[in-house]
Amino acid sequence: MKMKVILVRTLAAGLNVALATTLAVPPTAHAQGGPIKIGLLAPLTGAASALGKDMLNGTELYLDGIGFQAAGRKVELIVEDTEGNTATALTKARKLVEQDKVHVLTGGLLASTGYALHPLAEAQRIPTTYPVMSSDDLTQRKPAKWVVRTGWNSSQSMHVFGEWVAKTLKYKRIVTIGLDYAFGWESVGGFQRTFEDNGGQVIQKIWTPLNTNDFAPFVTQIKREADAVFAVFFGRAALQFVKQYETAGLKGRVPLLGNGTTTDESVLPQMGDEALGIMTALHYSAALDNPANQKFAKAFEAKAGKIPSYYAETCYTNARWIVEAVKAIGGRVEDREALLAALRRVELRDFPRGPVSIDRWGNPVQNIYVRRVDKVGGKLQNSVIATFPAVSQFWKYDPDEYLKQPLYTRDHPPCPHC
Amino acid sequence: MTAEFWIIQTFNGLSYGALLFLLASGLSLIFGVMRIVNLAHGSYFMLGGYVGLSVVWRTGSFTAALVAGAVAIALIGIGMERLFLRRLSGQTLGQVLMTIGFALMFQDLALLIWGGDPYTIPLPAALQGIVTAGALRFPTYRIFIIVVATLVGAALWIVLDRTRVGAMIRAAVDDREMAQGVGIHVPVVSLGVFALGAALAALGGVIGGGFLGVYPGADFEVLPYAFVVVIVGGLGSLPGAMVGSLLVGLLDNFGKALFPELSYFTLFAPMALILALRPTGLFGRA
Repeated sequence: MKMKVILVRTLAAGLNVALATTLAVPPTAHAQGGPIKIGLLAPLTGAASALGKDMLNGTELYLDGIGFQAAGRKVELIVEDTEGNTATALTKARKLVEQDKVHVLTGGLLASTGYALHPLAEAQRIPTTYPVMSSDDLTQRKPAKWVVRTGWNSSQSMHVFGEWVAKTLKYKRIVTIGLDYAFGWESVGGFQRTFEDNGGQVIQKIWTPLNTNDFAPFVTQIKREADAVFAVFFGRAALQFVKQYETAGLKGRVPLLGNGTTTDESVLPQMGDEALGIMTALHYSAALDNPANQKFAKAFEAKAGKIPSYYAETCYTNARWIVEAVKAIGGRVEDREALLAALRRVELRDFPRGPVSIDRWGNPVQNIYVRRVDKVGGKLQNSVIATFPAVSQFWKYDPDEYLKQPLYTRDHPPCPHC
Repeated sequence: MTAEFWIIQTFNGLSYGALLFLLASGLSLIFGVMRIVNLAHGSYFMLGGYVGLSVVWRTGSFTAALVAGAVAIALIGIGMERLFLRRLSGQTLGQVLMTIGFALMFQDLALLIWGGDPYTIPLPAALQGIVTAGALRFPTYRIFIIVVATLVGAALWIVLDRTRVGAMIRAAVDDREMAQGVGIHVPVVSLGVFALGAALAALGGVIGGGFLGVYPGADFEVLPYAFVVVIVGGLGSLPGAMVGSLLVGLLDNFGKALFPELSYFTLFAPMALILALRPTGLFGRA
């Protein structure tokens, strides 16, 4: 009995010492440069896991390249699986901030996650970057002080594309078809606005519910007098739509246009010849021939065994963006205000996607590429056929005037020619 | 709304319903004979598609994919029934829990083996064309789906209605104990029906893979459709599964074409109505 008590006491004493040590060490380590912690939220399981893997691979590729070192400090990447679910993402974000004490929070896939993370970032005063989430209002009518977008917004490339289609392809009548939620509305809205400002007419808008896998009920309704069809899909829906567009006999009769994700490299390799000739616009293409992208694409293929998607590039660029900000403040990431200011000052010319700066609402100003799906060496790629440099999220419109307009939704802009 | 609209949309609905029939007929039979609510049935559809995909990649043959998908998933079904579900005979909750457990495991395994990228199964050239009738255009592949489902439906009907094996299955559906009593080896019948149900779902998965694709999440996307078909048609009834599939295919299609923002409503409201008026489904027996 006595023996037992002694044992327990010894153990307890030992534990006390151990606890005291762990508790005592971190503050000193911090001051002398403990690891800089980056918390990454990505959907690693569930339906969007392929995109999550691209996000993780892109991030790791950059950090690997710098030996997980920045400004003389070690960089630690803490990854949390969101399961592609906003509630889970929010729980994991709290865990990263409160438990792991990350210095920067990043990642996320769904627009709804973006809106949910906004209040968290503000309340916790945690420097946060969004490499993927693209809802317009995250950097327009509802910006957050602590959030910097390192990716894009939905309508940014579509403003360019709508004008280009009207002026260069000279199409007059277009039918739009897209996913019936914010991402679809904002992409179609951006396209429609500039297409119609430049003399085109959208003659039919078709919205497909998110649970659609058979697109026949929609594809068969497309008006025959259309000069072209403009589509907004991603992931498996992009694959299904493009395939079923061909199956319905429309390919070759009515040209297909789309937003960037419709032919993104996350689905393009799995498409067949049905994708040939589709024209889209985005701030990236794996086929960009600048040296930074060639180096990145090669390294990414070596690591992941596939060509980089925009999800991969944006997370690679995002990781570099964070590291550049860290370097700019000499690694003093504990000074959150300084880190946030540095994240908002990053301006580099040699990202894989091209030169990037940032506007005062926290959205990148960057090149937009018009792309066409071609077959090169037996493989499909998004060949760049036109480049628009330094495109802002407001395109040629005055930001203040632009922000007075309502957000693009299902019913805005209205469709006078439908 | 022109006549053309109604013809084309009816055709779309029928062909989608034909695919649903392949998926749901097995689920209905399994429930009829064994009273098992098999939540892994959508997984058979998805796994069938993945196996078919791998076979097409290796052999280039769509026919081989259909056969391999059906056989492989039938074996999985046999394993599940023989080694696990049979031990829980009569324990409904335990069985439901076990099938959902399998469904989740299959999801993880598929992700591990085939990765998360979506794919479509490449089709033979003969199935890729379009049949035109005046101004109307019908994709050959959707005609093919209707033909396959009709053949499968006819074969099932002949077997169930005209053969000794069919009589044994019907006896087991109607009264398990009595069937056992008159010397029908019900466990063997159950095993056979389970394998057949799994194989049909897998066949649907390979055929569906040609236009819906094969991707993570497909399992739980099709599962509610299968259940709506089976519940509307009447559990355990083959004519019920046929009528239910066509009804759900048409409702889903016309719902999406006419009122896309109400796509769940147009599918589930008629189901609620039918159940309220006929709690056993259209062809079900109490």
